[in-house]
Amino acid sequence: MFTPATGDNYLNHTRGIGSWLVTLDHKRIGVMYLVSILAMFMLGGLFGLLVRTELLTPGPTITDNPDTYNQFFTLHGVIMIFLVIIPGIPAALGNFVLPIMLGAKDVAFPRLNLCSYYLYVAGALLALGSLAAGGLDTGWTLYAPYSTQTKSAVFVVAAAAFILGFSSIFTGLNFIVTIHKLRPPGMGWFQLPLFLWSLYATAVIQILATPVLAITLLLLVAERTLGIGIFDPSLGGDPVLFQHFFWFYSHPAVYIMILPGMGIVSELISTHSHKHIFGYRAIAYSSVAIALFGFLVWGHHMFVSGQSDLVSMIFSALTFSVAIPSAIKVFNWLATMYKGSISLNTPMLYGLSFIFLFGIGGLTGLFLGALATDVHLHSTYFVVAHFHYTMMGGTMIAFIGGIHHWWPKITGRLYSQLWGRFACILIFLGFNLTFFTQFIMGSRGMPRRYYDYKELLPYHPEFHALHAASTIGAYALAIGLMLTAVYLLHSLFRGRRAPANPWGGSTLEWQCSSPPPHDNFATPPPVGDPYDFEGIEYDLQAGGYVRHAPEGPARVTTPGDE
Amino acid sequence: MTTDVGASSLSPPLALAQDQGSFWMPPQASAAASEVDWLFSFIYYIALFFFALIVILMVFFVVRYRRREGVGPQQVATHSLALELTWSAVPTILVILIFWWSFTGFVSLRTPPENAYEINVFAEQWRWEFTYPNGHSDDELHVPVDTPVRLVMHTDSDDVIHSLYIPAFRIKMDIVPGRYSQVWFRATQVGEYPLVCAEYCGTGHSDMVTIVAVHEPGGYEKWLELADPLKRMTPEQYEAYAKDPQAFTQANPEFEGLEPPWQMGKRVFTKKGCKSCHTVDGTPYTGPTMKGLFGKQEHLADGSTVPVDENYLRESILAPGAKIVAGYDNVMTPYQGRISDREIAALIAYIKSLRE
Repeated sequence: MFTPATGDNYLNHTRGIGSWLVTLDHKRIGVMYLVSILAMFMLGGLFGLLVRTELLTPGPTITDNPDTYNQFFTLHGVIMIFLVIIPGIPAALGNFVLPIMLGAKDVAFPRLNLCSYYLYVAGALLALGSLAAGGLDTGWTLYAPYSTQTKSAVFVVAAAAFILGFSSIFTGLNFIVTIHKLRPPGMGWFQLPLFLWSLYATAVIQILATPVLAITLLLLVAERTLGIGIFDPSLGGDPVLFQHFFWFYSHPAVYIMILPGMGIVSELISTHSHKHIFGYRAIAYSSVAIALFGFLVWGHHMFVSGQSDLVSMIFSALTFSVAIPSAIKVFNWLATMYKGSISLNTPMLYGLSFIFLFGIGGLTGLFLGALATDVHLHSTYFVVAHFHYTMMGGTMIAFIGGIHHWWPKITGRLYSQLWGRFACILIFLGFNLTFFTQFIMGSRGMPRRYYDYKELLPYHPEFHALHAASTIGAYALAIGLMLTAVYLLHSLFRGRRAPANPWGGSTLEWQCSSPPPHDNFATPPPVGDPYDFEGIEYDLQAGGYVRHAPEGPARVTTPGDE
Repeated sequence: MTTDVGASSLSPPLALAQDQGSFWMPPQASAAASEVDWLFSFIYYIALFFFALIVILMVFFVVRYRRREGVGPQQVATHSLALELTWSAVPTILVILIFWWSFTGFVSLRTPPENAYEINVFAEQWRWEFTYPNGHSDDELHVPVDTPVRLVMHTDSDDVIHSLYIPAFRIKMDIVPGRYSQVWFRATQVGEYPLVCAEYCGTGHSDMVTIVAVHEPGGYEKWLELADPLKRMTPEQYEAYAKDPQAFTQANPEFEGLEPPWQMGKRVFTKKGCKSCHTVDGTPYTGPTMKGLFGKQEHLADGSTVPVDENYLRESILAPGAKIVAGYDNVMTPYQGRISDREIAALIAYIKSLRE
């Protein structure tokens, strides 16, 4: 019987917490990121639950102070966006998987990689420190003049985001160089797995866009501390300028969030359908197209900001251009499933959930990109629902799906499929209850960032029931997520040992043991079509899938292989 | 049912021709609303079609091609240029159509007619003030039905961004410090609809909710005329009113809805936005409460005490920064130039009535 992971692997290669804190191993760095990011996800989720709990009933529910509520929604946004979703997939999963998918030993710059992690930790600690320094009540969007006037801890949070920006830039730089320079012989661009195409496109955005955020934050701090007046009309400045600077980064940022998620979905769908991805080049090109067009549309957040009508029209037209590549991906995923052999494992369920939820998220973007409807829908709960469907129903679902997909590889353990499927369904149902109700409230005129809605009840009595339903959904969603944490943690201690290839994947990470050895591969593995499932069969002796080469026996590298 | 100038009593019992809204939308109460709703439906049905297509195919494939013992995936092409072009071209055509119609709708939303009736809007943390052509200012927006109205909007340079949003009219526009912004509409349905702030502006953001009241033909003019009885009185009339309010009111029925000074003061307290920051039930808020205020010794931030008399109240309204009460910040906008002596007198009468 094949006994993986009792040998030397990256987890036991060296011991002691010190060896982890100064590690240069991309796999250990990825694991540290994963733990940190999931911890921040829980904290951000807690603030989200506080928001929803306050809105369960009209009038004060858990706090009679609107400023406290304003802190809840601001911190929920800041933590989720800067500490979870932007770093999320590239740092936690990309770091682990990218070099192995390339058949490489590590990323191009391992020390820079560790530096990225410590910048993340510094930014996270600073952001948490802001809670002690008075918190933040500006909304994560930090619009001037409110953010230049408020007494809350704008400087601390701006500093945190500034530092986190560098973590992001360095990771992007590392991934670009790694993909360019560390590919093995025989792996051209069109032999890269699609997850790597998505990480590459993401890295381009990270490098080009993030510096704009850094400068914007510096200008905000300069306005607050030095009174330079760039956003202050009484000194000749313009508040709307802040919005241009802010969204020039923050719109591409949403593509930093979604592209890696889409990359994961390509892997999930093809692996668990045991079938070659359909439309490889179309999907690859669409990732690059989304990354590039994403820089041209920031003004669609500002249709009613006072910017000129002409500029609004141009941004609206460009916004529709980004919809098409996303649609292309969805159709190609469906075509991949056609005539496949589909296993409904937990990762596949997450992949299917993504298609459903991101489908809604993306399609509702049409209402918002269209000028006449956006005037009505802007700054209502319709927008809140749209971005939760894309960011949570999209990125986070893909992230969790990726965690389940690569969990055996990362930990060497299998988790319970029964609990996995159950929790996925609970999360799916809870999510839809939470956020679909918000579309309805929004189009009926419920504004966002409202501490209370009792003034609207005489005209919209249904807002009470809709808010209550949304809150109940949030609790169901939270339970589903906590359940996921429980059975995954349980698998670390009691899970069956994982084979090298539990799912029958075709990409290179499934060719090394679970968990991988310290150096990933003793010798660079042979490279071909990354989605060639030919010959990958389930082997009872191995307890997992193996690729039967036409001329020889099953090949899997384990530590100690020549 | 008399026209009560203080409160709006136009809640729609006129049920017959009233649009009550649909599943997704609030009532259609402006000319623009039906155009916006048409576009919403157009996008909705396209989105619904594609969503249904995607989900049905997904579920069908999961069932039809589920993994079965001994059955592997079937050999099919791994790409198809024809498919890629088709499923790129069709959505492209559809989004071009969506863009075109949303563009024409937007142009009409943003282009007020030449002869539009102008009302000024002042937004500040955290209240609305609408100023009508005759100088009357109010915390509610009143408009005549079937008349193009243009709102010219501003806030103070040291305030924050607000946004005027009337869901039933499908209109919204940010109000940015340092500039004027405008929005226009033509209300088509008599009734009362929410008017809300749609750009986060701090503590009282969700308190910035008022109404827009659409009057039937002739109703708006009547409302405006009667809206500010104190203002319309000649000096002689006002003197007579101040001396004996009850006798004056009875003798002068043309001042419909006129009430004793302390009640007129209560209206001013609302219309001028005082209640956005001051309570009348004893709760401290952004500013001190009015309950029990008159006649007490007030403790100021500089340690001194002052008696709260008529002069103190007048100064606190016109130049609030002169004396700041201990425990509060100097955030009140001075009302110098924005309130009349008669309104101040009415407010003083009202605050006196709140003595314990």
